[in-house]
Amino acid sequence: IFAFLALMCLILAIGNGIWEYDKGYYFQVYLPWAEGVHSASYSGFLMFWSYVIILNTVVPISLYVSVEIIRLGNSFYIDWDRKMYYPQNDTPAQARTTTLNEELGQIKYIFSDKTGTLTQNIMCFNKCSINGKSYGDVYDMSGQRIEINENTEKVDFSYNQLADPKFSFYDHSLVEAVKLGDVPTHRFFRLLSLCHTVMPEEKKEGNLVYQAQSPDEGALVTAARNFGFVFRARTPETITVVEMGETKVYKLLAILDFNNVRKRMSVIVRSPEGDLTLYCKGADTILYELLDSSCDSLKEETTEHLNEFAGEGLRTLVVAYRNLNEDYFQDWIRRHHEASTALEGREDKLSELYEEIEKDLMLLGATAIEDKLQDGVPQTIETLAKANIKIWVLTGDKQETAMNIGYSCNLLYDDMEDVFIIEGSTSEDVLNELRNARKKMKPDSFLDSDEINIQFEKSSKKPKMIPDEQANGVYGLVITGHSLAYALEANLELELVRTACMCKVVICCRVTPLQKAQVVELVKKYKKAVTLAIGDGANDVSMIKTAHIGVGISGQEGMQAVLSSDFSFAQFRYLQRLLLVHGRWSYIRMCKFLKYFFYKNFAFTLVHFWYGFFSGFSAQTVYDEWFITLYNLVYTSLPVLGMSLFDQDVDDRWSMLFPQLYVPGQQNLYFNKVVFVKCMLQGIYSSLILFFIPYGAMYNTMRSDGKAIADYQSFALMAQTCLLIVVSVQIGLDTSYWTVVNQFFIWGSLSVYFAITFTMYSDGMYLIFTASFPFVGTARNTLGQPSVWLAIFLSITLCVLPVVGYRFLKGQLKPTPSEKVLLKIKEAKKRPPPPSPKRRLRRTSTRRSGYAFSHQHGFGALIMSGRNMRPKSPFATTGTFSPNSDKHKHKGL
Amino acid sequence: MKNKTSFLPQEGEACTSRCPDNTAFKQQKLPAWKPQLTIASVLSTFFLIGTFCLAVGVCLILSANSVREIQIDYSDKCSDCSKLRENSSNWYKECHCSVNFTLKEDILGDVFMYYGLQNFYQNHRRYVISRSDAQLLGRNVNIQKSYCAPFTTYRNGTPMAPCGAIANSMFNDTIDLFYNLKSYAIEVPLLKTGNSWWTDKNVKFRNPKSYNLSSAFAGTARPPYWQKPVYLLDEEDERNNGYLNDDFIIWMRVSAFATFRNLYRRVRRVALFADGLPAGNYTFRISYNFPVTKFKGRKHVILSTVVWSGGSNPFLGIAYVVSGTAATLTGFVITAIHLKLRKKKTYFQK
Repeated sequence: IFAFLALMCLILAIGNGIWEYDKGYYFQVYLPWAEGVHSASYSGFLMFWSYVIILNTVVPISLYVSVEIIRLGNSFYIDWDRKMYYPQNDTPAQARTTTLNEELGQIKYIFSDKTGTLTQNIMCFNKCSINGKSYGDVYDMSGQRIEINENTEKVDFSYNQLADPKFSFYDHSLVEAVKLGDVPTHRFFRLLSLCHTVMPEEKKEGNLVYQAQSPDEGALVTAARNFGFVFRARTPETITVVEMGETKVYKLLAILDFNNVRKRMSVIVRSPEGDLTLYCKGADTILYELLDSSCDSLKEETTEHLNEFAGEGLRTLVVAYRNLNEDYFQDWIRRHHEASTALEGREDKLSELYEEIEKDLMLLGATAIEDKLQDGVPQTIETLAKANIKIWVLTGDKQETAMNIGYSCNLLYDDMEDVFIIEGSTSEDVLNELRNARKKMKPDSFLDSDEINIQFEKSSKKPKMIPDEQANGVYGLVITGHSLAYALEANLELELVRTACMCKVVICCRVTPLQKAQVVELVKKYKKAVTLAIGDGANDVSMIKTAHIGVGISGQEGMQAVLSSDFSFAQFRYLQRLLLVHGRWSYIRMCKFLKYFFYKNFAFTLVHFWYGFFSGFSAQTVYDEWFITLYNLVYTSLPVLGMSLFDQDVDDRWSMLFPQLYVPGQQNLYFNKVVFVKCMLQGIYSSLILFFIPYGAMYNTMRSDGKAIADYQSFALMAQTCLLIVVSVQIGLDTSYWTVVNQFFIWGSLSVYFAITFTMYSDGMYLIFTASFPFVGTARNTLGQPSVWLAIFLSITLCVLPVVGYRFLKGQLKPTPSEKVLLKIKEAKKRPPPPSPKRRLRRTSTRRSGYAFSHQHGFGALIMSGRNMRPKSPFATTGTFSPNSDKHKHKGL
Repeated sequence: MKNKTSFLPQEGEACTSRCPDNTAFKQQKLPAWKPQLTIASVLSTFFLIGTFCLAVGVCLILSANSVREIQIDYSDKCSDCSKLRENSSNWYKECHCSVNFTLKEDILGDVFMYYGLQNFYQNHRRYVISRSDAQLLGRNVNIQKSYCAPFTTYRNGTPMAPCGAIANSMFNDTIDLFYNLKSYAIEVPLLKTGNSWWTDKNVKFRNPKSYNLSSAFAGTARPPYWQKPVYLLDEEDERNNGYLNDDFIIWMRVSAFATFRNLYRRVRRVALFADGLPAGNYTFRISYNFPVTKFKGRKHVILSTVVWSGGSNPFLGIAYVVSGTAATLTGFVITAIHLKLRKKKTYFQK
């Protein structure tokens, strides 16, 4: 645009040189050249700078000011949105940066954290399988399974005084079983109440609060508590459990703690009756190897249940027990003691011992825990996917957990052609896996004829941006942190980007915070796309800061994420409103604003350009200098602000229902070079009309009272009145959402224009400020002429009608996809709006195993050692026990 | 977190402090009118505007055609004088020339006489600013501060009144119109006042205050190209003299274009000329003072009547007719396209 400005000035300067040479030289009789100007070319040079000053209004300062105001306004809308306010912890959405609104309408990649973002980080005991019988589903009379919702009757736990009121369970048969005293059921819950590393806290009588290292454990112990096996207190040597109202003290003899290799934990307790029992819970794959052969049939049934649970996206654990022989145990505990005091190879010795005792286990059943998703997460993800946004989940969790969540929140689904899993542990493996994946998605991407490959060959350097590639189906990609480390290396990163960006969904598991940022950085580097990172914890900060836009979930994990984010709100599901409604509106408004603003300034400024040809290229302005000053400042600023603060092409409901409307933003269809050139052409056309209609109307004619009409001041007034009315009508045409404010601004600006004009051109102003207001009387004398008004009307018609025709015909002949959607909406509006569609939440089948443990070494040793255990105030030092900070998990990597 | 169980999220209920207000403005739900380009509105716009433009255009052309206008280029006809004026040292020599023309029909109504100049860049920026409005208001100001240069003062320091390039280059031909009867000629009575804007005559221009005009302009000198000082512009009429001279005021209202015409005289409708100019032979007697050949300019004298829409310029009329036709045609094209599309659509639906 600056080149354009320079070009215009250059043309005019050359024109001036020629004119001065051709005509001005002879005209010196009446108008000598200015002092110091001796040649036409020098005069042309001076004129170049004069025109720079006059024509610089094509890029006015007020553009920047207005842009800032619009951004600010749209940020306030985000703050004010009640639909993004989370009443439960009183958190409204917050726009912490005001400069990124319109980018919200252009997001192509979302990088999301899992824990606390997609999920609530609350675990719920949901189902279980005890002794081959599955509990947890609700069936109606005819045996059909019922979808559980708000109205389903909950199990009444009032028989148990210590029950946790927040816990809800729907299957009554399990309670019946407990009440009837079914032995396996009792043993099952006894195990749950004993085999864990949870710390109880009982501030008031009966008001138990559990502090669990992993939320899964907390959920299990809470479940046991509600069913009547209340874990009440623990000391280093004992565990107090209230079993069906009867207090029992178990002697805790050993904790065989959890670690990543073992994937299980066990406790050995002595019951008040004196029985020695080992209780064990762990991942199904591990535990099934250790079972006693006598429970093979039970194993099959349980496996079936496990598959069912896993298919529903639940995290499963298998529980088993073993009765121990007194002598054997004494021997074992002695060796255990030796091993644990050994100076060398203590870990190895211990795990050997653990292996030895954890065998011939008797299968009890399985638990299924729901990693509760935040409300509306699957729907949000579905909507965002429809809006052509690619979602990458970057999580510190295990691959199984991550995939489970992926399935349960609709990220991955069975209709996908394939889900590639990249888990190679060498650079070559990773490369091969990536290539294979890409080969499958787009077989011809390895041919020489492929565009991108050609690009590679052409430029020895890496191409800066990779264009989007289309895969031949819907694919997902799962990559582990280990492989990711290789894939992020310089020689593989291109391969990774090309492959990953073809997939609809990418899940990176076990990644460090740094890797999260690296992944975002990678996409930013190779893709011309706006990225958004969303997360809630301290581990997401780097990612949030790296992405173009960072969104913080102001949840439970502290404020770091929020503080470093650009936008924050309480729930993941608000993201769709932020993007599809606010982002889209902001983007559209900003585009409309820019289009209109450039149009109006082109139309305004170029009139000077045309006038140059008629005024000897002397940098004579067309308009009164006051008009030039006030044009951007007063006459046209408010209407355009009004439009860009209030405009909505469709209201929020429809833009959520039709996420496709978001796509034009990603491709930046509303304001790019083509659009800019279009509005430039429109501006040029308008300026031509605006100059030549008044010119023609005034040329060699006179007023209806015989006086001369073509004086400079009348012409100026006529041209500026034409211009102002034309741009006002134009904004009326651009506005699709006429509020009272818009009306007020547009009519107000026009009337202000006339008021100011008449004031400035009045006698009094002239007599007081003679030098400033030389246009005295022009308004009265000129605006009374019918021919002037006819010329004004004609300019408006000629400026606006072609635009109307063009827009209408374009909409009819070549509607853009979003226009088609708008049309559909228009049709749909005639019918009553459809109820917001219910979406299916779950599918079944597909075996996925997950197990419910935190990925960190457990606290068994701590508990046994008695450190951190003070009777009465059990949790004075909670620091190391904070239940779920991702930070700890990542340290393990 | 604490009130998680007790707090029921309910829309519309009184919220805690941080909940945004539920106002239409903040929730972006202001009632609004959402106009859309529908076939009905677009077509009606096109046809209405098209018809309107056509009608107005026809009216304009008709009325412009009813204007009688006689334009005579006298820069060639008075070539002797032109040559004389090419040499500026001959400024003191008078030069007269006559231009004859014949009216075949009477010109009825008010008749206005204009002088027209071509190729005279009154809209040049440095020309436009070369004046001192304060001086023309009769104020005693230091014109050195204005943009009058180089027509500010003489070398000896005497300020020019009025100063500036505009004033200096004032059109100073005098044109008289004679009606030739068989044996003698009658001078057509012409009005030289009332030709300028009221605001200019009464607000924008004032003579300096003094007991008489010549003393008011004492201490100043005429601009170099003038033949007489400003207080002698019209010796017959006190109210048309000095800065208040109509010819001067009209000249000072610079034109927007290099080709322009300014009102010079009006025919006074008395006696023989009560209905306008009767048919017959006429002569312009011109005292040729204003040189134009140097800058390749041309001078015209124009006699014209006016109508409600102004002079004889047909531009607006033609432009209206053209755009009216274009709008109507576009309307038809749009209709055709629309019908075609609809047919297609119904065809597909079948």
